[in-house]
Amino acid sequence: MSAGAAAALAIICLALAAVAYGPDLVRRLRRRERREPRRPVGWAVPDPGEELRAERRAERLLGQVVGADALEAYRALGFLHLFGGEGHAYGYLIYPHKPIVSFDATTGELLNEHCVSFPDREEAAAGERLPAADDVLAKWLALRADEHALVNEANMHLPGRQLDPDHVRRDIARLSEWTGGTPTAAEGNVDGVGGV
Amino acid sequence: MQLVRMRSGHGDELLAEGDPALAEDEARLIEAFRRQLDLGMWAAVPTGSAGRREAIRVCDFDEVPADADRIIFIPPAVGG
Repeated sequence: MSAGAAAALAIICLALAAVAYGPDLVRRLRRRERREPRRPVGWAVPDPGEELRAERRAERLLGQVVGADALEAYRALGFLHLFGGEGHAYGYLIYPHKPIVSFDATTGELLNEHCVSFPDREEAAAGERLPAADDVLAKWLALRADEHALVNEANMHLPGRQLDPDHVRRDIARLSEWTGGTPTAAEGNVDGVGGV
Repeated sequence: MQLVRMRSGHGDELLAEGDPALAEDEARLIEAFRRQLDLGMWAAVPTGSAGRREAIRVCDFDEVPADADRIIFIPPAVGG
């Protein structure tokens, strides 16, 4: 057999092998990439109670800053709220790790979703997410202390981008029930709410 | 006065505590305050009282109200 014929035969064999075994080889390589990286020796075992303790610490701070009544409302409703604008024209629902939703305080119409987060880039091992109560407190503090800076920093979208508008409307209704009237009736009644 | 920092996976962490009226404490508080701002943290001071809770953002220790109990450092906001 000539050298040329041998080379052609080798190429044909390689092509046939690629067709026969290639897909399986690709699948195996992808599976290997998806596997968890092996932890180094001495890696600390995660503390199963740490997240709960962090959440309790965060809720304690939240209560100290916004008041016991607002903390109770947060625990019952799952969000904080406050009002802004002249005559409390609009309000914000502050959800943990979800967008802030602004709404017309008179009609209840949803205005915008304000997508913002507070990633803790110093704590890579623990992840960047603050405990839920810290996240809502950070949003509350930022809205109270520098509303314009927070709103400018946030990505603003029409309602419905991330949160179900019907769900948010129900939350406004629950808030109204909680505060015993229209949402704005809460002003002065619940610690932690009021004009921005 | 307490300086506390929100920390992921932990909740709030006490960074420093002292009476700013005492020179030694004030120097320690200022040092801790500046370190957090250098790290890019936002400093918020809760103000007001029951029924009317407020907060202000401060960029210098001189802006902290004299009667403030606590300064809270939060990671800077980013659009999500």
